[in-house]
Amino acid sequence: MIALLAHIVSGLAIGCGFALVGSGLVAVYRVTGVVNFAQGMFAVVGGLCASAFLGAGIWHGAAELLAVAVAAAVGAVTGLLALGRPGTAPMTALIVTLAVGFLAYAVLVAVFGDTPRSTPGLPGMTSLLGVPVRRHHLLVIGVTAVVFLALWLFLTRTYLGKALTACASNPYAARVTGIPVARMAQFAFVLAGVLGGVAGVLVAPLRPMSFDSDVTLIVHGFAAAVLGGLTRPMVALAGGVLLGVVEALVAGYGNAAYQTTVALVVMLAVMIWHAARRPSLHQEVTV
Amino acid sequence: MITVEELVVRYGSATALDGVDLEVGAGEMVALVGPNGAGKSTLVDTLSGVVRPASGRVSTEGRFAHVPEGRQLFGDLSVEDNLRLGAWKVRDRDPRHVYGVLPDLEGLRGRRAGALSGGQQQMVAVGRALMARPDVLAVDELSLGLAPKIVDDLVRHLVRLNREEGMAVLLIEQNARLAFEVCSRAYVLEAGRVVTAGACDELARGSAVARAYLGGGVAP
Repeated sequence: MIALLAHIVSGLAIGCGFALVGSGLVAVYRVTGVVNFAQGMFAVVGGLCASAFLGAGIWHGAAELLAVAVAAAVGAVTGLLALGRPGTAPMTALIVTLAVGFLAYAVLVAVFGDTPRSTPGLPGMTSLLGVPVRRHHLLVIGVTAVVFLALWLFLTRTYLGKALTACASNPYAARVTGIPVARMAQFAFVLAGVLGGVAGVLVAPLRPMSFDSDVTLIVHGFAAAVLGGLTRPMVALAGGVLLGVVEALVAGYGNAAYQTTVALVVMLAVMIWHAARRPSLHQEVTV
Repeated sequence: MITVEELVVRYGSATALDGVDLEVGAGEMVALVGPNGAGKSTLVDTLSGVVRPASGRVSTEGRFAHVPEGRQLFGDLSVEDNLRLGAWKVRDRDPRHVYGVLPDLEGLRGRRAGALSGGQQQMVAVGRALMARPDVLAVDELSLGLAPKIVDDLVRHLVRLNREEGMAVLLIEQNARLAFEVCSRAYVLEAGRVVTAGACDELARGSAVARAYLGGGVAP
């Protein structure tokens, strides 16, 4: 029982990372229709920068915030490259994001080297319902909860957030109304950079990060995001957490080599069940 | 308020508008009629800046707002959010002045726009455009798919805004009879060209237009 709870908590923590990456994908997709394959890279940038800044003696907290800011800037640049030219088709922009992701490998290796890096995170253990858990796991879960709450409040309570939803819901009407859809798309990329950066900063202490860690993150993040039709951040959260927990349980009770496979099969099953329940697949943008 | 000169718009190799001239003066209510595919919506989309002209000139004076064809609401947002987003370009985002013009909207303010009836949605679309406090309003196919009573009601509101507040209106309609009833001048667009233009009562008497769009002779 104790082992089960411990697995669940560690799964929740890593699942939060997937959920953050997934919600970054959602942030861009719902406004632009572009699947941003550079999203995992934003997290890697966040993780590696945090490790470098901490190594340079910057305080905890400040180093992580700075790393998220760098990831946001990388998000902005990716957005400019992908959609900077007006009228770029989503499919073209998707290929550009893929290219940006590969190009980033070279830059990341040149800057950070090719050995995996980790950050210390929050040290020590604590007890939750009598179960010993890593304090960093709880920090990850707490920060993710706050980020998603803030995201939800932003999208549903603020004028700018509603304008983003409007661009997602009906881009033509948004343009007719005078909402600058192209600038909102850029903003979505910055938001994606922030969400990816937060994911990287939080995950780096759990799983050492190297330039190509984006593959695992994007595969899981994408699976989480697809669960909500790539348009619903809160479903991406549920999906990410589910993936993380299933993986942790498979690794804990079965064979760690199969953890990703089993988690993705579970995800596929959930999607099929979901689609069967709603036979008419229609696109809807809800928060 | 609206000046269109020698406007040419192309979609790929197809020419949607071919040398169109059109003008709407301050306080005027002008109709743009013509069959499906004549290029009416393309013209307003060009005024909104959604479509780029291949050549020619379009300009609008003062604040311009556009009620697009097919309502085009933000279906997942509430009626009030739809209205407030219409005020993106102006500071004042309080929808009260729109509730003053279209009182029914106040009762619907919390409803999801996508769940409303067609008539209610069209009202929201008009309200959203009015939120921009326009000096000139283009209304694209107001009557499409709506019951005559609802259309009459909405048109009455537009006429009142035109007469009382001097808001210029460009009414794009397939239903020429309706457009001619309330507008002073009209342009007839066919296959991307203005085939005829003039005062509505004269156009209504002219047999060609009458036959084509009004279904026979009509009393002015």
